[in-house]
Amino acid sequence: MITINGEKVAADGQTVAAYLQSIDCNPQSVAVEYNEAILPRSQYENQVLADGDVVEIVHFVGGGC
Amino acid sequence: MTTANDPLILGGHEFHSRFILGSGKYSMQLIEAAVKDAGAEIITLAVRRTNTQKKDNILDYIPKHVTLLPNTSGARNADEAVRIARLARELGCGDFVKIEIMRDTKYLLPDNTETIKATEILANEGFTVLPYMFPDLNAARDLVSAGAAAVMPLAAPIGSNKGLAAKEFIRILIDEIDLPVIVDAGIGRPSQACEAMEMGAAAIMANTALATAGDVTRMARAFRSAIEAGREAYLAGLGRVLTRGASASDPLTGFLREAK
Repeated sequence: MITINGEKVAADGQTVAAYLQSIDCNPQSVAVEYNEAILPRSQYENQVLADGDVVEIVHFVGGGC
Repeated sequence: MTTANDPLILGGHEFHSRFILGSGKYSMQLIEAAVKDAGAEIITLAVRRTNTQKKDNILDYIPKHVTLLPNTSGARNADEAVRIARLARELGCGDFVKIEIMRDTKYLLPDNTETIKATEILANEGFTVLPYMFPDLNAARDLVSAGAAAVMPLAAPIGSNKGLAAKEFIRILIDEIDLPVIVDAGIGRPSQACEAMEMGAAAIMANTALATAGDVTRMARAFRSAIEAGREAYLAGLGRVLTRGASASDPLTGFLREAK
């Protein structure tokens, strides 16, 4: 299982790009942290998710004051 | 009047508006209008987890010439702030980051100690760091040493619209710190923004004051005018205040009653 944004997800063996596509998420509008390091967008196609990985996927929302 | 010869310089970038707009409490549709009417060239954004399927992208509502200032809200310590800042930069909006670190969820007061730590790390990584802080001179000096591009002291608790509660301490920062002092959080009325600018604040950040107003875009225009007026007054140099008595402003001779 992969921990994605704090939840256990059965995405083992998928690339980050495939996972983003599976949740209908535009890779251009998110940033990804993979095991506590930034994953550059150019690596989304290559990075395969494995059991125990911790992934954060974030985007901009309104904020401030 | 904000003019080409009075720019606000932050980390080598030049701005001609001294109004920084928070975007926390607007509907998407109001953001564009508020940016336009406030004349803001900088708008803050937050970074949050993407859990749901496609929805509105806030960036579609922000005019392209506006500089995005991601904040690290949600961070409880320096490490979390640094992670959020790095993710924000990866989102592709430049090197600006506003550090917000809060341990306290009741009053939402910034943690100056952790903020100094995060500022140092991120400034060393090339970020233009704008730290939100409690107005304390010692902490502000440490932020200068840590490489901040400005300091952003709160005027009053965030979202409170209570105005310049920390006025005397902000004045000390303005007098003693060589970086731009941007008054952030708590400003509720245009008159308060104007007063802070008269004191020599470099810029004002607000959101709740607009978002909770009866007419957001009209209030945005009011803030814009107030900030410009305060800046002009500061640059002009305020007239002196008498400690007592009065001082006639008309000639003291030539009255009708005088005998020739």
